This record gives sequence, structure tokens and C-alpha cells, in this order.
Amino acid sequence: MHDSSIAAVQGTAHGEAHNPALLHHFAEAQQQRDASSLGMWLFLATEVMFFGGLFCAYLIYRLQYFGDFAAASKTLNVGLGATNTAVLICSSLTVVLAVWAAQTARRTLLITSLALTLILGFAFLGIKGIEYNDKFVEHHVPGASFSFDKEPIPGHPGEYANPRHAQIYFALYFVMTGLHALHMIVGIGIFLWLLVMAWKGRFTPEYNTPVEMGGLYWHFVDIIWIYLFPLLYLIDLHK
Amino acid sequence: MAGRVDALYIFLLIVTGMMTLLVFTCLIYFAARYRHRPGVAAEQIEGSTQLEIVWTTIPFIVFMVIFAWGAVVYFKERTPPRDATEVYVVAKQWMWKLEHAEGQREINELHVPVGQDVKMIMTSQDVIHSFFVPAFRIKQDVLPGRYTVAWFRATKPGVYHLFCAEYCGTQHSGMVGSVIVMEPAQYEAWMSGGQTGPLSATGGKVFAELGCVTCHRSDAQGRGPNLQGVFGKPVDLADGRTVIADENYIRECILDPGAKRVKGFQPIMPTFQGLVSEEQVNALVAYIKSLSAAKAGEAAKTNASTVAPQSNPQTQKSQVE
Amino acid sequence: MSMATAIAQPVERENYLNKEYGVWSWLLTTDHKRIALLYLISITFFFFIGGFFALLIRLELLTPAGDLVQADTYNKLFTMHGMVMIFFFLIPSIPATLGNFLVPMMIGAKDLAFPRINLLSWYLYIIGGVMMLHCMLTGGVDTGWTFYAPFSTNFTNTKIVEAGLAIFVAGFSSILTGLNFVVTIHRMRAPGMTWSRLPLFIWAHYATSIIQLLGTPVVAITIVLVAAERALHLGIFDPKLGGDPVLFQHLFWFYSHPAVYIMILPSMGIVSEIIACFSRKRIFGYHFVALSSIAIAVFGFLVWAHHMFVAGISVYAALVFSLLSYAVAVPSAVKVFNWTATMYKGSIHYDAPMLYAFGFLGLFTIGGLTGLFLSALGINVHVTDTYFVVAHFHYIMVGGAVMGYLGGMHFWWPKISGKLYPEGWARLAALIVFIGFNLTFFPQFVLGYMGMPRRYYDYSHMPEFQVLNVLSTAGATILGVGYLLPMIYFLWSMRYGKPASDNPWNAAGLEWKTASPPPTFNFEEEPVVTWEAYNYDELDAPHKQEVPVAR
Repeated sequence: MHDSSIAAVQGTAHGEAHNPALLHHFAEAQQQRDASSLGMWLFLATEVMFFGGLFCAYLIYRLQYFGDFAAASKTLNVGLGATNTAVLICSSLTVVLAVWAAQTARRTLLITSLALTLILGFAFLGIKGIEYNDKFVEHHVPGASFSFDKEPIPGHPGEYANPRHAQIYFALYFVMTGLHALHMIVGIGIFLWLLVMAWKGRFTPEYNTPVEMGGLYWHFVDIIWIYLFPLLYLIDLHK
Repeated sequence: MAGRVDALYIFLLIVTGMMTLLVFTCLIYFAARYRHRPGVAAEQIEGSTQLEIVWTTIPFIVFMVIFAWGAVVYFKERTPPRDATEVYVVAKQWMWKLEHAEGQREINELHVPVGQDVKMIMTSQDVIHSFFVPAFRIKQDVLPGRYTVAWFRATKPGVYHLFCAEYCGTQHSGMVGSVIVMEPAQYEAWMSGGQTGPLSATGGKVFAELGCVTCHRSDAQGRGPNLQGVFGKPVDLADGRTVIADENYIRECILDPGAKRVKGFQPIMPTFQGLVSEEQVNALVAYIKSLSAAKAGEAAKTNASTVAPQSNPQTQKSQVE
Repeated sequence: MSMATAIAQPVERENYLNKEYGVWSWLLTTDHKRIALLYLISITFFFFIGGFFALLIRLELLTPAGDLVQADTYNKLFTMHGMVMIFFFLIPSIPATLGNFLVPMMIGAKDLAFPRINLLSWYLYIIGGVMMLHCMLTGGVDTGWTFYAPFSTNFTNTKIVEAGLAIFVAGFSSILTGLNFVVTIHRMRAPGMTWSRLPLFIWAHYATSIIQLLGTPVVAITIVLVAAERALHLGIFDPKLGGDPVLFQHLFWFYSHPAVYIMILPSMGIVSEIIACFSRKRIFGYHFVALSSIAIAVFGFLVWAHHMFVAGISVYAALVFSLLSYAVAVPSAVKVFNWTATMYKGSIHYDAPMLYAFGFLGLFTIGGLTGLFLSALGINVHVTDTYFVVAHFHYIMVGGAVMGYLGGMHFWWPKISGKLYPEGWARLAALIVFIGFNLTFFPQFVLGYMGMPRRYYDYSHMPEFQVLNVLSTAGATILGVGYLLPMIYFLWSMRYGKPASDNPWNAAGLEWKTASPPPTFNFEEEPVVTWEAYNYDELDAPHKQEVPVAR
């Protein structure tokens, strides 16, 4: 395996055409690319740990208050959630296309794909906004105006959910999807910047690391949603 | 119990003392013996896998011995004896409220007879506190929303510090009290002054006042389960689980009835969250415990749970055959 | 007496300090060495703030009655002491100063992998620090640095959210530093610098960085949840709303236990370098010491609930965590044995760095052994939440981490500044610190076993605790003097110290093969490594003169 950590001997590095994107402290472009890639993967590992704490809390309370969580979950709009899932999966496709386009010098495709990704990202946030508004109107936002009376527990006719436990569900719902949405907004910011750079022609087959790294980040945010959707929306859906 | 803790402590002092002596002796000796002398070079030694294995394995074995000993002591510390007298403790910022099963209420003081196993069933009204009696080597966090348990048996009369050991706000260091251990006769005398009736009797009153008896009848006709003899026994739940009806279960049923509903009954019990104080919950728990004893029918057991456990240990022993 | 070599006529060469002047050349630098100095100034500032709080705490505890400050003030003092010392001093200290300065140099690189992210790390630290200062100046926090729920979420009216945000931001700084180090060590090693040739300082920082990366985000989310709970009354930790306060403790300690390894591992790395240099030999059992750092990092993530043995966890959980806690003690013991064995048949010099290393060995051993007491379940019940724990962690963090840090500062000072510190004063300071430290903290073990709980500002019910408290306070004042001395003479040496040669200690390591202070890009030519680490036999070979690297 080419150990890019051991830099090429000085002569070779000076021999290649000096890539303007090569930063001075790296010996060669491959080393710089490998460093960026490892850095992004490590950052994503930290994000896994960040969301992990929330998932852990959610799992514990869901096990403890399953019926109440099922009842609360039932009040979410599965249609909108599923649409959002489809939106994000499509956006991951457009991201992959963007990366490929950058690698193969397809400028039009690159710009189109980046733009589409952005549109899909905004669509996601828009749908999320609608969902949040629904929750606000139904008084399902935790706090002083929270109310959750007489909501049936799926599969247990005649039984109603404990509002206090349902509030914990919604608390976790808002923190988890809210944090996810925040990450989406950051992702949109990154892709806006990528779009501007692509428009200016900054990305070439030799240098497209930012697109690749941005893509990794976007895929990660997508995967978090892939976990959030079934956990939050699909509890005992068949009942 | 304290003696057991101290024995382990002394063992640890000896073991760690020896390890310290070993390391320090080597350090000082090497520092002196191998100090730099002109013309004398250091000898480059790579290492010794054998030595590494030795000084990994031996400490590990020693550590396992300490772990095992500590675990045994801890297990005893966390397993109250079956016939211990019960004291209900409610911690709040910044005082200890204690109530004996026989009914005596105390603030920041706990009177107990010497030689008697005492079990504290504790909860907090607000934040996390911790019940700490250094002389007895016991400590247990006291949590809001559930019961935790600690126990001891005092072996010497005297007055011992009681501290709160979990930071709880402004007057955390003021949440100090005493455990007063008395000779049996003295304790008897103290007990008989100002009795308000056993806790379980208070519980019975609360049970009636809150209307529990309308559903929880002592026959099979009630809309709620018959509570006679339920305490300490397994209960089948509607969701298929089986749990033991301990103090925490009874408490949960009062405050959050839907969580562990009994099989075969409708989910119609209202919650009493916010309608009962911690002390009232404690009284109800004591009352329901007493129903088990009553069901058992043995006179001695009835006496033991609803009346003060006889202060004279000899008397009690002769009562319980 | 000192083995440090000075040079008669310093040649004013271009180095990282004089390459550019002006405030902006410092505030916008991406040179890892300048960033290290920026950090050095900032963490020293916070060290003295945290130390000032400690002084007030010890003054209050001179007498049993709470007569110096009010209860609420005292509660804020110990909270702020803990938060500042842990998040704004200990966690960044070695990695952000010595780590930043030395990691690229030790592996033969020109800089870290991400120099601009390095600068961002420092700014995040400063922003977090300013937020914390503001919080302290406008009322502070009184929950203890552990900010347990439900007190922190529902009962206190102090500025939890602000303090939490300050720590959140500083935590990001910590994560980015860790990320930078891991990528640098993986991708930027010079030709010939294989993993087995890496200095143990690098192994230690690698392990530390893994913990920073994986652990810090968990405390970040814990802070988010506490802030959300306070602001929105969510009920996640509030029993009245169905939540569980013990869940908070699990989430909190899942980071905060590995955090203590962030605080000690770099110091262990320093001690390896110092002992090797001042015994003039390779560290005994190099591979075992290197791997023990990784083992500590891994096992360190598995023992968090040993802070919760009396918190209401099940007996079986307690058994598991106690067992694992003994497992994590083994690699630390292995290191102590290897360091001691290194001195066998060495050629030992007693310069100040080595005195600090001796101090570390003694104090870390005692601190670590008292960890055995705490891991024993039966004993833990009695001594947890008492001064026994306070003494234990101060032995490790102050007797261990800070001693190592001071030793490292002395060892690399000539490299960083190009000047020698005054050896006589340094040895005196090391002695004062050692004496002051033991006098401060040893009595606290006894106090703890006697039953004095932590976080008590008034012990008038237990006046029998006073004698030991007075001893402890006396020690603290001596310790304070010991810490002030290096501040003074390091500053003095920058102007009046003897100029240092490139390698005043004739030490092994790539950082010593370049000028003191180094040029901005560290090496005139990229090094190619053909020798093993700690090649002291070659360095001390009688025929060898100190050959300066070609300029």
C-alpha cells in the first residue's frame, strides 16, 4: 500500500508541476488529499459520538415508555417524513453525481448537481418547517403549553398515553431533528460555497477535494436521517 | 460492617504501602547508584518481555483479589437483612426528615437501638442528596422520584455524625445531623414519648381518605387488584412482564399507574402525582406492607410490622419462633 | 552542574520568533509554534485564575465556621475552580502548548496537517474562555463542575447555560486539536519515521487525541440537553416529568472519565522523554509503554460508572465497572515499572526536568495506588464524595499532570525560547512544589477517611477536622510560591538567560536537530530518519562531537 505518509524525496516533488492548490507544508498533492480525507472521516466519527448520546437517551426512554412513545409517534405525519427521506436520498445521488462530475471535468453537470442538491436540501428544511408548525399548532411542543390528553396507545384499546412520557418523546424528537436540521443548514452553507467555487471553475480532476469532502459530510447528515426516520416515525405503525 | 470495611482498608494500605516502598526504593537506589559519572556510559537495555509479563500479571492478580474482596463487602452493604426495622427518610434542601415505622418523626436525628438492623428507605423531595454516616461506613445517594435503600447495625451506643454527601445547593454543608444509638431500655423510653401511631396506621388513614379502598377492596370484586399480601410477591403485568412488588413498584403505581398495570385489570386508576406528599407515599407503602403481614396471620409478624419492633432484641427473638 | 550547554556568541539567525513582528503576525499566524505560545499565555492566565479560586477555598477552610465568604459564594468558588482548571487549563495544557510545538517537529514535518484549523482551535478556546470569564464576573455557577441534574436543570438560578456554552465552545477547540494531531501523525511523518521510531511523546499524544475526538462530543451533547432542559423544561432528567437524573450522570461521566486520561497521558509522554534523556538511555520496554498508552485510551472508555457506585446503579453494574477499573490500572502500573527500569544502569543527571520527572513518578504512584482504594466497591461506599477523592485526583492531576507539564516546559524551554532558564532556581522551585503539594493534599486522604465530605464550606459541626485543614492550607500557600517562581524566571530568561545551543541536553529526537529557536518551517532540509528512537548510545559515543546541522 502506498504509504503516503512517507513523503516523496524532495526532487520528485519539485519535479511535478507546482499545483497551485498544494499547501506549503505538504510534500505532494496526494499527501494533502489523504490528510483531508482522514480529517473528514475523523470529524464524522466525532459527529457519530455527538448524535450517539441522543440516540442513547432515546433508546433508553423508548424501552421504558414504549406505549407512550408509540402514541406520540403516531401523531407525526409519516407521509411528510417519508417524503423527506426520499428527498435526502435523491440529494445523496446528486452529491455523488457532483463528485463524479468534478473528477471528470464535467462543469455543467457539476454545477447542475450542486444546484439540485441545494434545492433538495431546501426542500427538506421546508417540509421540516411544515412538520414543526403542525406540532406547534397541536400543542405538542414541550413546555408550558404542552398538552397530550386522551391519546390512545396503538394496539391497546382503551388505554391512553401518559402525557409526561409523551413530552419526553417530543423533547427528544425536537432536539434530535433540530440538531439534524442544524447540520443540514451547515451542509447547505457548504454546498453554496462549493457552487460558487464550481462556477468560478476552481475544481479540476487534479483538485476537487472540497467537493469530495463536502459530499462526505452531506452523506453523513443523510445517514443520520435514515436512522431518525424509522426510530421516530415508524413505531408500531402497523397497529 | 464497618469492621469489614476497615479490614479491607488496612489490607489495601499494606499492599499499596508495599508497592510504594518497592517503587520508591528502586527509584532512590537507582538515582543514587547510577548517577552520572564521567567516563561511565549508560548501558542500553531494550527491555525484557519476560519482566513485562511478570509485572503485568502479578499486579493484575493482586488487583483481582482486591476487587473480589471489595465486591463481597459491597454485596453485603447493599443487601439489607430481611428483618431489619424500617425507617423512611425524605431528604430535602436542606434537612433530613425521618419517620420510623412505629410513627416517630424526627428531623436531622435518627434514634436507634444498639444491635438492631436498621434499613432506611429513602427518597428526595427535590435534588439528589446522599445519606452518609462515616462511623458506620455507609453512604447512599438519595434520589428524587424513586427509593434507594441503605442499612446498618450499630454496635456501640453513642452519637454519630450524619452528613449529606451529594452537593445539593446553598446549605449542603448545613445538612448535618446525628445518629443516636441508645441502649435498648433507653430507646424504649424514647420511643414511648409522643407516639403518633405506627406509620402503617397513618397509611391506612391516607388509603381511606384518598378513596383507594373504593377500587382496591379486600375481595375479588374490586376494580383494582386486591392488595392483601401483594407486597414482596411477583406480579404479572398486562404487557407480559412479571415484576416483584417492592417499595419502588408500589410508589410507581401510585404516581404513574399506567406504567406497570396489572394483568386482568382495566387502565382506569388515576394518577396521584402532585396530590400526595412524599411522606404520604411512604405511609401508604408502609400500610400496604402491613397488609402482607396481616394476611400471613401470624401474630408475631403482625406485631413486628405494625408495632415498634421490640426494643429488647432478646424479647423479639423469643417472639419470633 | 547542569548538563545544559550554552553557546558563547549567539548568531542572530532567522527563527519563528523574529521572522515577523507585530500583533497581527501573531494573531493571524498559522505557524504551529506561534500558536503554541499563544496557547501558553492563555492557559497560564486561566491557571492563575483557577489557582486564585483554590486559594480562597483553602482560606475559607482554615476555620470550621463559614466566615470568609457566604455559602453561595463558596459554592461558586469550588465550581469555578473545577471548571476553569479542567476545561481551560488541564485539558488543553500539554497538547495545545508542548504538543502543538513539538508534534510536527518530532516527526520531521513542517507544520501540522491543518494549520488554519489549529489557529481556529485557539480562537475557539479564547471565545470559550471569554464566555466563561463573563459568566464568572456576572454571577458564576454553583453546581460543582459536575453540574448534576436535577439541581443544575431545575433548581439553581445561576448561569448554567452560559457556562455550558463556554465549555461547549472550548470542547470544540479540544476536538479540533485532537483531529489535527491524529491526521498529522498518520500522514506527515518524515521518510524513515516509522511507527516504531516515534518518540513516546507522540504515542501519548496520539492516544490522547483519540480520546479527545471520541469523548468530547458526548459531553457536548450532555451540555446541549441540560441547556435545553433548563430553557424548555423538557423533562429528560426531571423525575417529576418521567425523566431520570441518573441518565445525566451516565452521559456526563462517559466523557468525564476519559477526560482524566486526556489530562494524564500527555504528561506520561513527557516523562518518557525526560527520563530517557537524563538517564542517557532508551526507555525500557518501548513497545510496552507505547501500547499501554493506547490501552489506557481504550479501557478508559469502559469505566465511567465507577463514579456512580452509590448513585443507585444496580449491584451487578457496579461489579462490572469495578472489575474494569482494575483492568485500566494495569497499563499505568506497567509504565511506572518501565520508567523505573529505565534508570537501571543509566547515567543519571539531576537537572530540573529530571527532578520534576522524579516528582511525577512518586506522586503519580501514590495517586494511582489510591485509585485502587476507590475502585474497591466496599471502600468506595465510605470514601466517595469525601476529601479522599479530592486528594486522589489532585495527586494525579497536579502531582502527575502538572509536574509533567512543568518538567516538559523546563526541558523544551531552550528549544522554544533559545535561552537557558536558571538551573539553581529551577531546582529550588521543583523542591518547593513537591513539598507544598504533599503538605496540601496528603492530609486530605486522612480527612476523607475520617468522613469529611466534599464541597463543605462550613465544618463547624466537626471541629476535629480543623488541624488537617490548616496543614492543607499551609501547603497550598507553599505550592503557590512554587508555581510563581517558574513564571518569574522563565520571563526573566527570555531577556537575560544564557543563549542555548541547538541541543543543550544532547537529547535524542528530531526537534533537537534544528536550531533553538527553530526556523519557521522547522528544518532547513526535510529529515530522513535512519536511526531508532532514543539512540543515546550514538549520541554519547566518546568520539562524537556535537555536529551542527548544515545551514
